[in-house]
Amino acid sequence: MTTRIVELRRGILKKNDELAAGLRSRFTSAGVLVLNLVSSPGTGKTAFLERTLRELRGRGAHVAALVGDLETDNDARRLAASGAPVRQINTHGICHLDAEMIGKHLDGWQGVSLAGLNYLFIENVGNLVCPSSYDLGERIRVALLSVTEGEDKPLKYPGLFNSADAAVITKMDIAGPCGFDRELALKNLNEIRPGMRVFETSARTGEGMEAWLAYLAEQARPS
Amino acid sequence: MHELSIAASIVEAVSESASAYPGSRVKEVRLRVGALASVVEDSLQFCWELATQDTPLTGALLVIRKLPVVVHCDGCGVDAEVDGVQSLRCPRCGALAADLRQGRELEIESIELDEPEPNEPGMGGEAKPVEERK
Ligand SMILES: Nc1nc2c(ncn2[C@@H]2O[C@H](COP(=O)(O)OP(=O)(O)OP(=O)(O)O)[C@@H](O)[C@H]2O)c(=O)[nH]1
Ligand SMILES: [Mg+2]
Ligand SMILES: [Zn+2]
Repeated sequence: MTTRIVELRRGILKKNDELAAGLRSRFTSAGVLVLNLVSSPGTGKTAFLERTLRELRGRGAHVAALVGDLETDNDARRLAASGAPVRQINTHGICHLDAEMIGKHLDGWQGVSLAGLNYLFIENVGNLVCPSSYDLGERIRVALLSVTEGEDKPLKYPGLFNSADAAVITKMDIAGPCGFDRELALKNLNEIRPGMRVFETSARTGEGMEAWLAYLAEQARPS
Repeated sequence: MHELSIAASIVEAVSESASAYPGSRVKEVRLRVGALASVVEDSLQFCWELATQDTPLTGALLVIRKLPVVVHCDGCGVDAEVDGVQSLRCPRCGALAADLRQGRELEIESIELDEPEPNEPGMGGEAKPVEERK
């Protein structure tokens, strides 16, 4: 027997990365801004997205959403109430979305063409670890964090928060009763991802939505 | 638990590469994993055992090399290794450094194969070895 060492130097998730790169160029040529929303279960992704979809539609934007869920279609039904086209991706126990699932669900999506959209939102499965390794071809990854989760969430999940382009703090309407330490949360986010844009919002009261929508409009503008 | 998906991706990639060396057996798989890659080493090892069960990779050793976070500090003009993952600050001047140069890697570096001697049947393969030793 001889021993042979073969240098591979390849990404473990190369297949996903290649599919994601393909999606990204499709999104770019269609002129649609794609965002991947990631957080713990229950942070308020669906509530925040419901409000975002409604506000954007109210301003005449063309929006759609893909929503990942382990088993149910509850989130998809809630989002569809906004009037936007919504498609459910049931992962059957897999704790994250991947580029292949996105590609499959874009194909044959009745009544939706990428070129006709301004924004496509992807609500990932509620999980702060697994989605961070899987590129979905999005242009902006948004990490959400609620005021009830503890200000040190970014320090506990640095991989995810570091991979995000923007952060959204949710449920600001109950920040007071929860004893939310705003300064500390902002500091922790900035330590993990220096210079990150942070939006402090409430899906219930609409607080902070204006700044968020202005950011979306700015990002969607062709450069 | 995405370590199981990751282990399955490693099995797939390694099997594909090893198939260029018929008759060989994979002894070792070496990874480079950045400190910000969101991979827990113990659970990856555990999942590796599960994922390789009843495959030609059964018994292959998974060697994980952890890579620290490296940032580029504009002020100091250097790449510097950060201590831990809780704060991306330049260790020299203490300034926050957004320019990440290392830490998100999730790579297969190399694989080590046992091969039959050249006169034994089953040798071959097109891919060129980078390094070979007896
Ligand atoms: N007070 C308050 N509660 C909120 C807000 N947004 C969401 N919630 C509540 O938080 C809970 C979870 O909200 P969801 O929007 O379902 O959270 P999610 O992140 O989509 O959850 P998963 O999809 O299961 O990961 C629900 O009970 C919401 O009513 C908010 O702005 N303020
Ligand atoms: Mg949801
Ligand atoms: Zn410095």
